[in-house]
Amino acid sequence: MIQGVINSIRESQVWSSIFRHGIPRDRRTRVMAIMSNVFLHLHPVAVRKSGIRLSFTWCMGGLTFFLFIAETISGVLLMFYYRPVVEYAYSDIIGMRAHLTLGIMREIHRWGAHAMIISVWLHMMRVFLTGSYKPPREFNWVVGVILLVLTMLLSFTGYLLPWDQLAIWAITVGSKMAEATPFAGMAGPGTELLQLPGGIPIVTPYSDAKFLLLGGESVGEAALLRFYVLHCIAIPLGAATLIAVHFWRIRKDGGISGPM
Amino acid sequence: MISLLPISSLLLAAGEVNITALDKFKDFVNRWSVPQYSLPLFCIIMFAAFIWYRKWTKPIVFWPLMLGFTVVYFAFIPLDESYASILKKPDNVPITMMIFLTLYFLWLGLRQAAINDENMEIGKPLIEEDREDKVLCWPDLVYTELLAMVLCTVVLIVWSVLLKAPLESPANPAGPPNPSKAPWYFLGLQELLVYFDPWMAGVVLPGLIILGLAAMPYIDTNPKGNGYYTFKERRFAILTWMFGYLILWCVLIVFGTFLRGPNWNFFGPFQVWDPYRVDPLTNINISDVWYVVLLGGKLPDNLLVREWPGLLFTFFWLCVLPVLMTKIGFFGRLRAQMGFSRYYLMAVLFVIMMLVPVKMVGRWTFNLKYIIAMPEINFNL
Ligand code: HEM
Repeated sequence: MIQGVINSIRESQVWSSIFRHGIPRDRRTRVMAIMSNVFLHLHPVAVRKSGIRLSFTWCMGGLTFFLFIAETISGVLLMFYYRPVVEYAYSDIIGMRAHLTLGIMREIHRWGAHAMIISVWLHMMRVFLTGSYKPPREFNWVVGVILLVLTMLLSFTGYLLPWDQLAIWAITVGSKMAEATPFAGMAGPGTELLQLPGGIPIVTPYSDAKFLLLGGESVGEAALLRFYVLHCIAIPLGAATLIAVHFWRIRKDGGISGPM
Repeated sequence: MISLLPISSLLLAAGEVNITALDKFKDFVNRWSVPQYSLPLFCIIMFAAFIWYRKWTKPIVFWPLMLGFTVVYFAFIPLDESYASILKKPDNVPITMMIFLTLYFLWLGLRQAAINDENMEIGKPLIEEDREDKVLCWPDLVYTELLAMVLCTVVLIVWSVLLKAPLESPANPAGPPNPSKAPWYFLGLQELLVYFDPWMAGVVLPGLIILGLAAMPYIDTNPKGNGYYTFKERRFAILTWMFGYLILWCVLIVFGTFLRGPNWNFFGPFQVWDPYRVDPLTNINISDVWYVVLLGGKLPDNLLVREWPGLLFTFFWLCVLPVLMTKIGFFGRLRAQMGFSRYYLMAVLFVIMMLVPVKMVGRWTFNLKYIIAMPEINFNL
């Protein structure tokens, strides 16, 4: 009876228009399953057995990617309720907790971000320990390093959005560092030496690295908007693009590394 | 956690019998946790772990060690309020996860390295060497991935249900909390602010970390150890990297999150964060040491004359030391193997990394404040 229903679904025009192959039970259909699916075909059809052993990759790259997707989805949901304006930001966060059914989306998003940081570090440690950055994978390691920075910047920019004490003062600590950039921040070494003839300073409090980051002299309205746009649009787009490059390069560099 | 409670209450019971013994132990840990003792201790532990990596990575040694560590780590939550308040802070939970996951995966990697290194010595194949044909991604890989995703989702949901995301009072630009902390993953850098000015700790050093990481595959020309776990074939690379990652990154993060309290003063794990504690600042610059302490005079007015000892040291450290190192057999061989530009890129990055512990030791031994102190142009090193 149930088998009959399943079979008739599998034979229906709708099903067979989506899945162009039979149940992946033999070699041919298993190959088809990977090749005819746009997501699965990120994978090669066949891999070396040791390359997919959990104790080799620790699955950390994969988990980082999964967490990135989980962050994207939960982040989009949060965007429905959050307005990046000083008047509303904090109360929107409170409202999320108070008024939403099963209001754990903010928790998922926050803890997922922490988890992603840890997983990307562990992924890097695994790639380092297996020497997988060595030729021919040098460039993919570099792509990875940029992804590492982007992951931390994603988390950092998101930290400001709740607009509570934790948020603005953490970002203030960060912006103090930007202010100290050599030759580009007001408190940085050498900045005062950069002068046009006549003693006109080149870098001013309105054009230094900190101002660039915050859009103002302190963490305020402009910084919130800047961090929001960076957090929700610019950095995710950059990271998604680089993740695509990263995956493509894994394939082009001959798949997961292994002894020659 | 729950299963640990009986053990804690046992300890608690023992503590009631002999409360002073427990207090003495806490006192001992507090005193030893200050960076000048604990950082060298962590270094010793790390290097010992790499020297004897074939011994302790045996499951029969590792798991009891890990279990013991876990018990001690959690047992003190009910035994000490300040310790509990640190560990239970929602934003500190990731640190605990980081500690345990890093230890576990370090073991997992080194365990396989130990097996591989032994296998290579007796001519057996590596763990990673396949005798079979390739396997298909469906089902061997996609099912693992599915399982990993499901597990990860479950962990994330449970974590989110159990622990509320923190939300403090609304932002108040006029009232900084004390201490003001950056997000936890940057606290290693904030911890460096104790020893360096912001331009170093917040800009130059992180910039060099990124640059150094990106340059690594082009610097490390050792063809061995590509695609399999090994320690024996890449000792220098692994030790250097791990020193940077485990000690200078992870341990400093633990300090910054767990042990830095009001005014960024250092507090042991069982010490109450007293906001009124004042730690005297008696730090002195190299130029003070030279002109005032040693020569018994006063500081000259000219900037360059005043700071020449520090400038000389810095020049020596960054420019002469990399050359001098080639006289040591090991670095000499590296220089010959790697060629000019690779070697000097590596050596300069290496000595800059080592400047961090060197300055720390300077601080701990003679209260070194700045090697070069030119506050006139915001240039303090
Ligand atoms: C958003 C961050 C990242 C994502 C989503 C990601 C994803 C992945 C995935 C899924 C793999 C396949 C094997 C595995 O899971 O270990 C991989 C491999 C690799 N990753 Fe990443 N990665 C990220 C960051 C990094 C970082 C930070 C580095 C290094 C600094 C890095 C370097 C590499 C290299 C060299 C490989 C090839 C390893 C091999 O062939 O054995 N990736 N990455």
